[in-house]
Amino acid sequence: MASQNLQSVPAELSPEEQEREAAGQAYFDRIISEDSRIEPRDWMPAAYRKTLLRQISQHAHSEIIGMQPEANWITRAPSLKRKSILMAKVQDEAGHGLYLYSAAETLGQSRDQMMEDLIAGKARYSSIFNYPTISWADMGAIGWLVDGAAICNQVPLCRASYGPYGRAMVRICKEESFHQRQGFEILLELANGTPAQKQMAQDAVNRWYAPSLMMFGPPDDDSPNSKQSMAWNIKRFSNDELRSRFVGMMVEQVRVLGLTLPDEDIRFNEETKKWEHGPLDWNEFKEVLAGRGPCNSQRVERRREAHENGAWVREAAVAYARKQAQKENAA
Amino acid sequence: MSTQETAKDSDFAIEGHGDISVGVHGAGASGDGSASATRITPGNALRPEDIALEISRGQVKPTEDVAEFALRIGDDGLILAQRLGHWISRAPELEEDIALGNIALDQLGHARSFLTYAGAAWGKSEDDLAYFRREHEFRSAHLFEQPNGDFAVTIARQFIVSYYQYQLYTALTGSSDATLAAISAKAVKEVDYHRDHSAQWVLRLAGGTDESRARIIQGFKLVWPYVDELFEDDELTTRLAEAGVAVQPSSLRAEFDRLTGDIMAEAELDIPGVPQSLGGGRHGKHSEFLGYILAEMQVLAREHPGAGW
Repeated sequence: MASQNLQSVPAELSPEEQEREAAGQAYFDRIISEDSRIEPRDWMPAAYRKTLLRQISQHAHSEIIGMQPEANWITRAPSLKRKSILMAKVQDEAGHGLYLYSAAETLGQSRDQMMEDLIAGKARYSSIFNYPTISWADMGAIGWLVDGAAICNQVPLCRASYGPYGRAMVRICKEESFHQRQGFEILLELANGTPAQKQMAQDAVNRWYAPSLMMFGPPDDDSPNSKQSMAWNIKRFSNDELRSRFVGMMVEQVRVLGLTLPDEDIRFNEETKKWEHGPLDWNEFKEVLAGRGPCNSQRVERRREAHENGAWVREAAVAYARKQAQKENAA
Repeated sequence: MSTQETAKDSDFAIEGHGDISVGVHGAGASGDGSASATRITPGNALRPEDIALEISRGQVKPTEDVAEFALRIGDDGLILAQRLGHWISRAPELEEDIALGNIALDQLGHARSFLTYAGAAWGKSEDDLAYFRREHEFRSAHLFEQPNGDFAVTIARQFIVSYYQYQLYTALTGSSDATLAAISAKAVKEVDYHRDHSAQWVLRLAGGTDESRARIIQGFKLVWPYVDELFEDDELTTRLAEAGVAVQPSSLRAEFDRLTGDIMAEAELDIPGVPQSLGGGRHGKHSEFLGYILAEMQVLAREHPGAGW
């Protein structure tokens, strides 16, 4: 698992080491209290490193696995402009995966190891990508709802206390914003198109609505890690807070689309000043997370296949680089 | 600290429809063509939308010959983009998902411009041409239709394509047809990177491991039969060359041979001694592969004729 590469803290510290640890902790606490940034070479608590490594690698895996449901429609995109935008979008996701793997590497774990964990089924990724994309409108719904939810989650992460993560998120969020707009635009076109197109759009919104709400994670009273992440300035808002804000935005935007959200219980609570939504099927969420979603096996298998089919290419690149270096040394 | 205190205005804001602001400037304009991710130099790069605009204003219209010629190169790019797009999420490493995706996007971009321009001769849009023509109406050469195979086959195909396209687009920048010249001027800059990418991989695979060397040799053997077709002259290219619109494809061959030969020599690879295929793509005679490519590409658009997307 992700913790394998973490440096273990020796049980018995010398007085000198104890002093260094204490100084490190004091520095860390000050940085966090000033809402400033921890950088890779700074001292940090082992649990902080572990939490970040888990979160960033999961995020990276989500980008990489998330390429698949959308890549599913690249060859069938119904216009050349849409094909071009979709290709660019899926390509962006590969780029996001790269930044995030790089950010995770600064915490001491190699990309190869993270990839191995993903293929071995040991690492998690956002469970929403285990749902199938069965119509073109899913490209719209994913952009609008899934990327929209991702943005709500990720914009506050631009201020995450770990520097490399926060900086990666700034660029990622810029591109996600484009993704969300293109998703909205796809749905807008469909909703104003033929009756069959409009129905395709509504059907996609119906299927992706609840899973996208569940992207924010379990309800606050069932989210044990959230509190610590907030204390460390990694997470800035609770799952329910973010979910509520997201619902409010979608309520507004779905009207412009001329579509509806499949939730009759959405309302603005005047007392709490928060948006509320109907009950979510957390049992299904847990089932999908546990590997019993419609596409879990397919997604990991595709990644495994690509990775293993590419092994000879990566080996060739390494061998060639080594030979070139030898030639240069000999010269 | 409460969440209220840590919230910043920039964390959440809705700017217009469908736009969750990211609180970062320069994220692009909302919902118009300028948000295209493929647009590298805003204000300078020629986009298919710009050409369509010029067409709708009656500022440009290709002759029948020019349109037929643009159709050929447009179809090459389109079919290749369709092939390359399949690699995205399946490449040997993430960097290649991005690189092959980028090349596919460039090819698709060129195709869109050429097809948009070609369509103006017949009152058709790029999408009319891409989605509502049948196999025999396509003008792509056989090389572009060849299956991806393994990474070595894809690289061998791309190596030939990019050196051919580089010569072609370089020549077309001097075309008497201003639109062909402008599209080519943009395309040649991008194809130059494709040359570099494929040449480097040819060297790596040939000089890497025994396995990679065997695979790239096999890759070249599979795609080399389709080289001659790229450089075949016919009545159309003869007329266009005489009019200064295009050059004879055969005139590009010597430089193609020299430049690819340099890389092949450096990679210690022989030019495969395989018979050349008859070709015929420019006149609608295609491989068995094209039908499947089109079936997949066109299925959704044809399910909803006349719909907008």
